[in-house]
Amino acid sequence: MTLREKLGWGALSLLAACALAVIAFVRGENVNALWIVAASVSINLIAYRFYARYIARHVMQLDPSRTTPAIRRADGLDYVATDRNVLFGHHFAAIAGAGPLVGPVLAAQMGYLPGTLWILAGVVLAGAVQDFMVLFISMRRDGRSLGELIRMEMGAIPGVIALIGAFAIMVIILAVLALIVVRALAGSPWGLFTVAATIPLAFAMGIYTRWIRPGKVGEVSVLGVIGLLLAIVYGGSVAASPVWGPIFTLTPIQLCVLMVGYGAVASVLPVWLLLAPRDYLSTFLKIGAIVALAIGIAIVAPPLRMPALTKFIDGSGPVWSGGLFPFLFITIACGAVSGFHALIASGTTPKLIASEGDAPFIGYGAMLMESFVAIMALVGATILDPGIYFAMNSPAAVVGTDAVSAATAVSNMGFLIAPDALTQAAKDVGESTIISRTGGAPTLAVAMAEIFSNVVGGPAMKAFWYHFAILFEALFILTAVDAGTRAGRFMLQDLIGLVVPSFRNASAIVPGIIATALCVLAWGFFLYQGVTDPLGGVNTLWPLFGISNQMLAAVALVLATVVLFRMKRQRFAWVTMVPAAWLCLCTITAGLLKLFSSDVKVGFLAHASKFADAGASGQILAPAKTMAEMQRIVFNDRIDAALIALFLGVVVSILVFGIRTCLAALKADRPTVTEVPPQLVAAE
Amino acid sequence: MTILSRLRETALLMVGVPSYTAYRAHMAERHPDHAPMDEKTFFRDRQQARYGGKSGGRCC
Repeated sequence: MTLREKLGWGALSLLAACALAVIAFVRGENVNALWIVAASVSINLIAYRFYARYIARHVMQLDPSRTTPAIRRADGLDYVATDRNVLFGHHFAAIAGAGPLVGPVLAAQMGYLPGTLWILAGVVLAGAVQDFMVLFISMRRDGRSLGELIRMEMGAIPGVIALIGAFAIMVIILAVLALIVVRALAGSPWGLFTVAATIPLAFAMGIYTRWIRPGKVGEVSVLGVIGLLLAIVYGGSVAASPVWGPIFTLTPIQLCVLMVGYGAVASVLPVWLLLAPRDYLSTFLKIGAIVALAIGIAIVAPPLRMPALTKFIDGSGPVWSGGLFPFLFITIACGAVSGFHALIASGTTPKLIASEGDAPFIGYGAMLMESFVAIMALVGATILDPGIYFAMNSPAAVVGTDAVSAATAVSNMGFLIAPDALTQAAKDVGESTIISRTGGAPTLAVAMAEIFSNVVGGPAMKAFWYHFAILFEALFILTAVDAGTRAGRFMLQDLIGLVVPSFRNASAIVPGIIATALCVLAWGFFLYQGVTDPLGGVNTLWPLFGISNQMLAAVALVLATVVLFRMKRQRFAWVTMVPAAWLCLCTITAGLLKLFSSDVKVGFLAHASKFADAGASGQILAPAKTMAEMQRIVFNDRIDAALIALFLGVVVSILVFGIRTCLAALKADRPTVTEVPPQLVAAE
Repeated sequence: MTILSRLRETALLMVGVPSYTAYRAHMAERHPDHAPMDEKTFFRDRQQARYGGKSGGRCC
C-alpha cells in the first residue's frame, strides 16, 4: 500500500469509528440518518478492501489463471464469461428481494441501534462470507447447486437433508411474502387496483415480446412502466369511485383465497405471458426504487425519530415477541446474512464469472450492497414518528382498529401520538386507515413517501409515492410467489422422485400438476393461518421464516467449513466456523424457545396447551369465537412446532455430518476435495 | 464497451437475457458448422431457461 492509500483508508476508518460512536452513544437528541449511512458505507468499504481480500488471497487462494466454468464449458447460453460489472448487477438483482426491506422494519421496534449493529457486523463476518464462499465452492465445481455441492463434499444423506430443508424454506418464504402482500392490500382499493392492473399489463407486454416485437425487453419495459404509473395515478379515482371502490376493497381472507388461486394459475401459465414480463417490471422497478431511495435519503438527510433503544429489547414488543437474543438475529435475516443466497450463489452466477479474480467483487461485494439496502429500510422505519410506527405495526388485538383506541394504546406504550395524527397520516397517503397495517411493507411505503415527497412533489404527491412504494414491493413479491411456486414444484418432484422415481420427469404432466398443487397448498396453508391469526400473522410467520433462512445459512457455512478442511486449509476455517457457530447458536436457541418456552407469546407448544386445556374444560379463549376455532389454533400451533422441529433436525444433523466430515478430512494426509482440476487459461 | 451499452447489457442480464453478440461470437468461433439460433429463437430459449426451469427461485 502506498502512503496515500494508507492515509485514505486511515481517514475512512476514522469516519467509520466516528459514525459508529455517534450512533451508539448520542442520546436525547435526534441523530441524523446520514450517520448510519456513513457508518455502513465506510465499514462496508473497509471490509471489502481488507477482509474480502484476505479471504480471497489466504483462505481460498483464488487463482485468476485458473479457468472458471464460464471459460471451460462456454456455450454462449448458460456458461458465458461476463464482464464483472455486468455480472455484479445480475447477481445483486437476483439476491435483493423483499427480505432486506421487511426484516429491518420489524426489528425497528427495539430501536435503531440493535438492528444497525447486527446488519453491519452480520454482513461483514457472516452474510458476505457465506455468499462469497458458496460462490467460490460452486465456481470450482462447474457451477453446481447447493444440494449437489453438499452431496459431493458431505455425502448423500446430508444432501437429501439439505434438499428437504430448502423446500421447507421455500414454502415458508412464499407464505410470508404472500402474507405481506395481503396485509398491505387488504382494505386498500387504490393499492389493490394498481397491483391487479399489473396482470393485464403483463399479459399485454408478454404478447408484445412474444409476437409483436420479439426480444425487445427495453422497449416493452418502458411501455410497462408508463402503464404502471398510469395505474397508480388512476388508482386514486378508482378507489374513490362508488362503483369500483368497493370491488377493490377486500378483506384479508378474500385476498388470501385470491393469492392462492393466483399462485396456482400463474405457475402453470406459459412463462412468457405473465411471469417474464412482470419480472422485467419488478426487476427494473426494484433497482430504480433502491437507487432513488439512496439518493432521497442523501438529499433529505432526515433525523432518526425512533430512540436508539426502546424498552422492547426485553421481548415485550407488540410487533414480534421474544428478546433481543436470539430473536433480533433471526428477525433481520436478509441484509445481515441470508441462507437463501446460497441457492443463488450456486445458481446462475458461478456459470457466468469470467475469472476467479472477480469472485470477491461479485460474491462479497453484492452482499454488502444488499446490506446497504437493509440499512436504508432501517432508516426508513426509524425516521417515522415512533407513534405512527407502532400504530402501523402492532396487531389489531393490541391497538384496536380505530384512531382513538390506537392512539391511546400506543401512547400507553410510551410513544405519544394523537388520534388526529394517525387519521391525518392515513389521509396523506390515500388510505382509509394505517392502523395495524402489519408486515413491514406499508411502513416502508410511508417512509418512502415521506422521503420522496420531500424531494419531488411535496405533500400533494405523498399518496402517489406511497402507492408507488406499495406497488414496487407487491410486484416483486408476486413475481417471487410465482417463480418460487415453480421452483418449489421442481424441488418437490426431486424429493418425491427419491421414493417414486417416475416423479422426477420434469416434463411429465401429472407429477407436475400434483407437485404444483402440493406446493401451493403448503404455502397456502401457512398463509391462511397467518391471515386468520388475530396477532396479524407476521408474529408467527416471520420468526419461522427467519429461523429457516438462518438455518440454511448455517448449513451453507458448515459446507464451506467442510470444504476448507478438505482442502487442508483448516488453519483458516475460523472464517466460516465463527459465523456458522453463531448462526447455529441463534437458530437452535430460537428454535428451542419457539418450541418449549413457557411464555405463550413465544412458545408454540405452550400456546397450544393453553388453548387445548381451555378447550377441554369448555372455555373459549379470545381470539377464538367457537370451539372449532379453538381446535384450529391448537392444530396450527402444533404444525408450526413440527416445522420448527424439522428445521432444528436439519441444522443439527448437518452440523453433526459436517463435524464428522471435518474430522475425517483432518486424518487424511492430502486434500480430499472434489474440485474440477485446475487448467490454465489458454494463452490468448 | 461504452457505459451505455454496458448498462444495457446489465439490465438484460438481470432479467436473464445474456448477450446475443457474445453468443454469436461463441458459435462462430467454436461451432462454425452449426447454424446459430436467430435472435428471436435465442430470446425465447433464454426466457424459457430462466423462468421455466428449476432455477426459477427468486430471493426473499
